[in-house]
Amino acid sequence: MSTDTPVLEAQIGGGDYQFGFHDPTDKYVFQSRKGIDRQIVQQISEMKNEPAWMREFRLEALDIFFQKPMPTWGGDMSGLNFQDIYYYVKASAGQEKSWDDVPEDIRKTYDRLGIPQAEKQYLAGVKAQYESEVVYGSLQEDLAKQGVLFTDTDSAVRDHPDLVREYFGTVIPSADNKFAALNSAVWSGGSFIYVPPGVKIEFPLQAYFRINTQNMGQFERTLIIVDEGASVHYVEGCTAPTYSSDSLHSAVVEILVKRGGRCRYTTIQNWSNNVYNLVTKRAKAYGDSLMEWVDGNLGSKLTMKYPAIYLMEPGARGETLSIAFAGKGQHQDAGAKMVHCAPHTSSRVISKSISKDGGRASYRGLVKATHDAHHCKSNVVCDALILDPHSRSDTYPYIEVNQDNLTIEHEASVSKIAEEQLLYLMSRGMTEAEASAMIVTGFIEPLVKELPMEYAVEMNRLIELQMEGSVG
Amino acid sequence: MSSLLKITDLHVAVDEKPILKGVSLELRQGEVHALMGPNGSGKSTLAYTLVGHPKYEITSGTIEIDGTNINELDPCERARLGLFLAFQYPVTIPGVKVADFLRHAVTNIRNPERKEGEGLIPMREFRKELKERMEELGMDLEFARRYLNEGFSGGEKKRMEILQLAMLQPKFALLDETDSGLDSDAVRVVSEGLKKLSGPQMGSLIITHHERLLEYNVPQFTHVMLAGKIVETGDAELAHELHNHGYAAIRERHPAEAAEEQERQAKAQTANAGI
Ligand SMILES: Nc1ncnc2c1ncn2[C@@H]1O[C@H](COP(=O)(O)OP(=O)(O)O)[C@@H](O)[C@H]1O
Ligand SMILES: [Mg+2]
Repeated sequence: MSTDTPVLEAQIGGGDYQFGFHDPTDKYVFQSRKGIDRQIVQQISEMKNEPAWMREFRLEALDIFFQKPMPTWGGDMSGLNFQDIYYYVKASAGQEKSWDDVPEDIRKTYDRLGIPQAEKQYLAGVKAQYESEVVYGSLQEDLAKQGVLFTDTDSAVRDHPDLVREYFGTVIPSADNKFAALNSAVWSGGSFIYVPPGVKIEFPLQAYFRINTQNMGQFERTLIIVDEGASVHYVEGCTAPTYSSDSLHSAVVEILVKRGGRCRYTTIQNWSNNVYNLVTKRAKAYGDSLMEWVDGNLGSKLTMKYPAIYLMEPGARGETLSIAFAGKGQHQDAGAKMVHCAPHTSSRVISKSISKDGGRASYRGLVKATHDAHHCKSNVVCDALILDPHSRSDTYPYIEVNQDNLTIEHEASVSKIAEEQLLYLMSRGMTEAEASAMIVTGFIEPLVKELPMEYAVEMNRLIELQMEGSVG
Repeated sequence: MSSLLKITDLHVAVDEKPILKGVSLELRQGEVHALMGPNGSGKSTLAYTLVGHPKYEITSGTIEIDGTNINELDPCERARLGLFLAFQYPVTIPGVKVADFLRHAVTNIRNPERKEGEGLIPMREFRKELKERMEELGMDLEFARRYLNEGFSGGEKKRMEILQLAMLQPKFALLDETDSGLDSDAVRVVSEGLKKLSGPQMGSLIITHHERLLEYNVPQFTHVMLAGKIVETGDAELAHELHNHGYAAIRERHPAEAAEEQERQAKAQTANAGI
């Protein structure tokens, strides 16, 4: 009873977007000019004092980015102009050691996002990405003693070059897709985590991301290596201020889970309505390991995100839980990819989407098995809830299998809020809006209960906010 | 002063098909009424209409609480005025925990002026009360953590309705076949439960086919419905008689309504045969 009670009692003020505030931008230490070319990429690399190999990596990726055509499937990207975006903004002079050292206005922003509270209890560490650089980070000492590395990716390139160089770009090569190439060319910030063999981190590691400059892209790059028999839960949450012109968020997340390891990556994203959120996330899971993506997508103009798991060796398991909420003017094109590259691997996808006020939620999923991947199991369940006749939900399940000896189950359901359910709740004193919110909250509860407590609360608040004034 | 629920010459249609054809009834706080009648006579329709089911359209007549017409109020507003229906077929609300649901319901009913998002009743107080009520009804406390009616047996669903009744303490409780589909043990629990909750603060309208519920909750009035009308009103003895001898005598005494009932059934049969 303790985790769910605040569900519907959140008091959310007026306005469209609770976190729609922003800080004055004249304090920026460095801001590149708009647009993208070799010079900008070189400048980013220079500003970061990077080794030559990373500069080369970026420039190569830039060529690929220019060569690749825009995807023609998914959502409408016609409003996106790559030359009208700032690719690099550095908000403070350097990496801060403690909360008190973080510049005042940045701190204020985080206070309003509730980060210090979130840190208090059982968080092992907090990484707050402000714009393109990580400005604040802390990691509990005992973790450091166990050899766990948790830092921003820029620092990791500097401080752990061998480790980074070995894995960077190996899970998601720059040539994977246009946006992965773009990220590889201009990436900045993101988290780097290395968990040594056998080390099990009991508490979720957390990071917050935010976009705060008009027309500024955010291209964080995250790399997580979970060594043999180790485990980690990484949590990332996003809120962004509202701006009138379009912004681009295009992250790359690469994860390796070695033999017997476990990794759970939880994301809640709530971008403002003008953001294009085009993210590439992929994990490779080796023998007897478990990789889980928990992915909540709210807000944004267009989200295209299909967390992938490559099951590389027997006994590997992959699981993706995703929630998408598409409101007015929003298109959530989200899903999951499960690639069975070895026999005796299993995968599970549970996807829940809600669309309302003309929003569109699409599930796009791929289950693939290579020719020698026999005795594999895959189970996909997609439930869509459509709240009004103007809204839309689609399911695009793709199955590519060259094998007989495997089980693939796919179930999809689309529902509306039943009149009888509304009546039942209203006859117990719930207003129509309250009753609808309760039904929606219940619909996503199987996923929300997988979130750390404060994220569950936040998720339910966001749903409440989205439901506010939806009916009546 | 005790409150009065007054139904006057109520006509109700579903999908433009008339179902209730002039029902009048007065239910006071503290009174127990039984509502009986053959299947399809309109008992559930009356109950749904009273709580404001949007499908049931009042074509004429009034529903009043203490002189105020509530015809146009939505189910939420009516609930906050003290109306409660224990549903014949309670629906499942997946993912919503019983305790969470009840805490919201109790808060809203006790503070009828509450707006969405305003505070809930204190957790400790609520938990204590919930625990007590559940123990009285012999319910496992684990139920509070389950999702509302999800995977509940028939008996568990009915008990859940009685638990809600106990927590919400309405002025007017309508019970629609709360005792049907239960084994005799469950019927006893529900009957005793209702008896305990009854008192000067609650008026109840009990829709039932069985004796047991009425043995524990002896009605001062028994109403008999036939073809959308209340054709007779008597005392507890009438309920007893109907239970022992069925509706043949009623139909004999009210040939017009009986004919109408037959006609309706015949129509329904041809409609079904057509499928
Ligand atoms: N939602 C509905 N849609 C269509 N017909 C209905 C609906 N509810 C009730 N009816 C019809 O109204 C009549 C009375 O039904 P009901 O009120 O359920 O009777 P009872 O509860 O006395 O068995 C029946 O003919 C039934 O078919
Ligand atoms: Mg009935």
